[in-house]
Amino acid sequence: MPERIERSTVTAENLGKTVASPEGPLTIIDDISFSIAAGEAVAIVGVSGSGKSTLLSLLAGLDLPSRGRVLLDGEDIGRHDEDGRARLRAAAVGFIFQNFQLLPGFTARENVMLPLELRGQGDAGAITDRVLARVGLRQRLRHYPNQLSGGEQQRVAIARAFAPSPRILFADEPTGNLDRHTGGLVADLLFDLRREAGTTLVLVTHDEILAGYCDRVLTLDNGRLRS
Amino acid sequence: MSAANLPVLAWRQLRRDLKSGRLTVIGGAVLLAVAALSAVGFFVARVEQALARQGATLLAADRVIESPYPIADDHVVFATALGLRTARTVAFRSVVAHGERLELAEVKAVGAGYPLRGEVQTADRPYAPAMVSGGVPDPGTVWAEGRLLQALSIASADAITLGAQPLTVARVLAHEPDRGGEFFAIAPRLLMNLDDVPATGLLLPGSRATHRLLVAGDTASVEAFATGIAGRLGRHEKLLAAADARPELRVALERAGQYLGLAALTAVMLAGMAMVLAARQFAERHVDTAAILRCLGARQRLVAALFTIEMLMLGTVTSAIGCGAGYLAHMALIGLFAELPATTLPPPAIGTVLTAIGAGLIVLIGFATAPILALGRVPPLRVLRRDTGPRPPTVLAIGGLAIAAILVLAPWSSGDRRMTAYVLVCTFVTCLILAATATLVIRSLRSLRGAGGAAWRFGLAGLARRGKAGVAQITALGVALMVMLLAALTRTDLLTAWRASIPERAPNVFLINVAGGDTDRLRAFLRGRGAVAADLYPMVRGRLLAIAGRDLRPEDYADARARRLADREFNLSWAQDLQADNRIRAGRWWLAGASRPQFSVEAGIAGTLGMKLGDELRFRIGDATVAAPITSLREVDWSSFNANFFVLAVPGLLDEFQATWITSFHLPATGKPLLNELTREFPSVTVIDIEALMSHVRGVIDRVTAAVGRVFAFTLAASLLVIFAALQTTNDERRREAAMLKTLGAQRRTILAGMAVELVAAGLVSGLLAGAGAAATSWLLAGQIFRIAYHPNPWLWPVALAAGVVAMVIAGLAGLRGTVNTPPAIALRQTT
Repeated sequence: MPERIERSTVTAENLGKTVASPEGPLTIIDDISFSIAAGEAVAIVGVSGSGKSTLLSLLAGLDLPSRGRVLLDGEDIGRHDEDGRARLRAAAVGFIFQNFQLLPGFTARENVMLPLELRGQGDAGAITDRVLARVGLRQRLRHYPNQLSGGEQQRVAIARAFAPSPRILFADEPTGNLDRHTGGLVADLLFDLRREAGTTLVLVTHDEILAGYCDRVLTLDNGRLRS
Repeated sequence: MSAANLPVLAWRQLRRDLKSGRLTVIGGAVLLAVAALSAVGFFVARVEQALARQGATLLAADRVIESPYPIADDHVVFATALGLRTARTVAFRSVVAHGERLELAEVKAVGAGYPLRGEVQTADRPYAPAMVSGGVPDPGTVWAEGRLLQALSIASADAITLGAQPLTVARVLAHEPDRGGEFFAIAPRLLMNLDDVPATGLLLPGSRATHRLLVAGDTASVEAFATGIAGRLGRHEKLLAAADARPELRVALERAGQYLGLAALTAVMLAGMAMVLAARQFAERHVDTAAILRCLGARQRLVAALFTIEMLMLGTVTSAIGCGAGYLAHMALIGLFAELPATTLPPPAIGTVLTAIGAGLIVLIGFATAPILALGRVPPLRVLRRDTGPRPPTVLAIGGLAIAAILVLAPWSSGDRRMTAYVLVCTFVTCLILAATATLVIRSLRSLRGAGGAAWRFGLAGLARRGKAGVAQITALGVALMVMLLAALTRTDLLTAWRASIPERAPNVFLINVAGGDTDRLRAFLRGRGAVAADLYPMVRGRLLAIAGRDLRPEDYADARARRLADREFNLSWAQDLQADNRIRAGRWWLAGASRPQFSVEAGIAGTLGMKLGDELRFRIGDATVAAPITSLREVDWSSFNANFFVLAVPGLLDEFQATWITSFHLPATGKPLLNELTREFPSVTVIDIEALMSHVRGVIDRVTAAVGRVFAFTLAASLLVIFAALQTTNDERRREAAMLKTLGAQRRTILAGMAVELVAAGLVSGLLAGAGAAATSWLLAGQIFRIAYHPNPWLWPVALAAGVVAMVIAGLAGLRGTVNTPPAIALRQTT
């Protein structure tokens, strides 16, 4: 049994993921167990193909494991259907992606407002303006993603992730599409905001410097956790 | 998640999508579809009303209340209160006397205002050129039909006596708009003033007469009258509309509705086709958005609802615009339509506007919902793995919803569920055959890839590469082409066949009361003067006493026509062979030499009077009674204008009775003097000239033909645009491929050649199968709906193949035009 389970926000228990391939069943994640405490920042690192993104998708409930279970805030997400998992995500989870995943037809402000509006939050506009100001984009509210630089787009994505005040934030290579300088600025912003909000962070990266920002590093090797 | 924010989010999404051009195709398709639908709807509604008004001239009114008893004044008050004009008539049979001579006449007394629609024509003497006569006969005078004058051996200005009243023949009656349809049952017509009727003393309580109240006015008031009077009619009163006027006209108007309905139906089908493709493209372009929304915690139903609301918003806005465009288009159409001046057409109804918008939404929902709803099933994992996506909706789901939409719209779009079902089945079967064939062809083309150069290989590989999308596109194009071919060629074929069903030289003169001994002499007389008569048919008059042992009583029938039929004498005839314009619907026609007593009955009258196959009919002929079972029911093509009989007997059954003979022939307008000569030569023969009636029916057909021509021309043009829009949906992929090829160093010519190979191959397959589908549908429609002979059109196949190739190449290359001239980096950025 993993330690600190009573205080943890993310727990993986004997997690496994096997998919069908032309050569037969392929195990991507193999019997992984760990837990992440509330407010902790954990980096999942590993070489390409080690299963990092798959593990992230399982932890965030974007995909279902073949074996084992994932607990978010102590709740087994495998016991929920698609919509139930969506509800959990809306209530407690935020995301940041390598390719930003902003809606191209929406302005920066509209993109950040979206998760708040989906929750039916009344003061969505005020929160959005505050968060966008916090990430330094007060002058870019009405800009569309294609009118923003990569760094600015990722800052919008960070603002969108933090705006609803999630308890857990999943980030998939958040600086992977940015140059080193911009990546450093984005990383600083991400960790500053996380610290201010006390958000639990699960970060997938192959960037050791970025991993260094985290409290703990989990290394994946061929689908297994290397101790 | 809050559903309250959905409309706001959907509206925002709609604005963005419109701005980014993502909805251009689907919005344009809806707009175009509704424009086509509403233009057809507006036009058809107005043309149908105009036709009904023309039909009204054969009723002499827009509506008629008919009763065996005088019509209550209340009905007149009700009509007048609605602003309608009214006129009364009463028809009865009586003997007209001139000295010692007596002749039975069909008397019609008409009140002021008659006729409310159409016109009465009179002449100075029998068969002389007729002119329109305003008003009604003055009191004390009558207008008599030529053959009454002939029978009484009198001329204009001579005096006659009707009952107790002496009257003067003022004019010869040549044409009256509301003459009854059953020519051979009626005696010559005498038209008199209604005010003279009491003085004749002929109409007493209980006298057999048909009282009519004619009503006419603007469409809305007439409809209000028809609706309002329904609850006020007495048990013996019946409301007649134009379609009840006479069988020939009823057939013409029914067919008009069918042809125009077919035009509307094709528009709906084409609209739907574009919807499916456009919605599929819309869904593909929104998979990532759906994935992000799911990732942000939106439930499946919420995501599906968001896009559905966006679609409905788009549908409502574009339908409204399309309706406006359709209205303008229909104005242009009406303007072109010289035969129906705009001033005579009633204004378009608001109902048509709402129906058009509703129809646009129903088509959009029916054809676009399946791919849109699939967006709700986008897995959130797609944000991390782009190879995941929703399962595309099954053909069954798309087809099921589409069929449901078409069936919901059927009463409005075609007005005929059976015709809708035929077109639907043919289209669906063609879809399946096209899809299966397209799959086979695409697979078989793989082996030909090595046969040519890079362009050839790229083109054929393109077909294979597109897989299901390619199959869907060929299928869509094939079906759209099929509908277009149906609209273009079938229309011509079917309308030509319809017009041909009333040939230019159709009989327009009937000769009745030909004595048995005069038949050979009459034949020789006509032949000698260049008039070719149809066969001479024997005719024996008999009263129907009982059906299947049940005594026939007119009062047992609620239907006025049934009561009339039950009350009158039948013209019985016999024939060895079935006439060419008759068709056996049930039972069997008798074999040569059959001796068993039996009757063959026209199916319509059998239905009206409640006769079934096997029922025994008992007639009284003179003093004798003849009884025999019904062994066949016939359908008669009344529009042939040949002499036809409701009841035919097997040869031999009626031999013992004195028969007169009837024949018909075509007499050109210049040959009228022949009729005077004929009446002198054969004084006992009665001449019935039906040229005026035939001109009316021909006029209706001509108007319908012109109307349908224009409606289909519009549908055809709209279809081309819808197809163009539909083909645009695969251009994203082609643009991406072209940009990629340019990046790899391919020249503009190679890219265009490769695309052309693919487009031509796809166009040929589509055209070939569309031709087959159109031929099969035409054959079914001709035989099962319009009941006319089908002759394959030799142009069908070349036109189908050429149209397939041209549509595919033009639309495909037009979509790529910008791309091949654009630097690949820009093109790639635009398409990814």
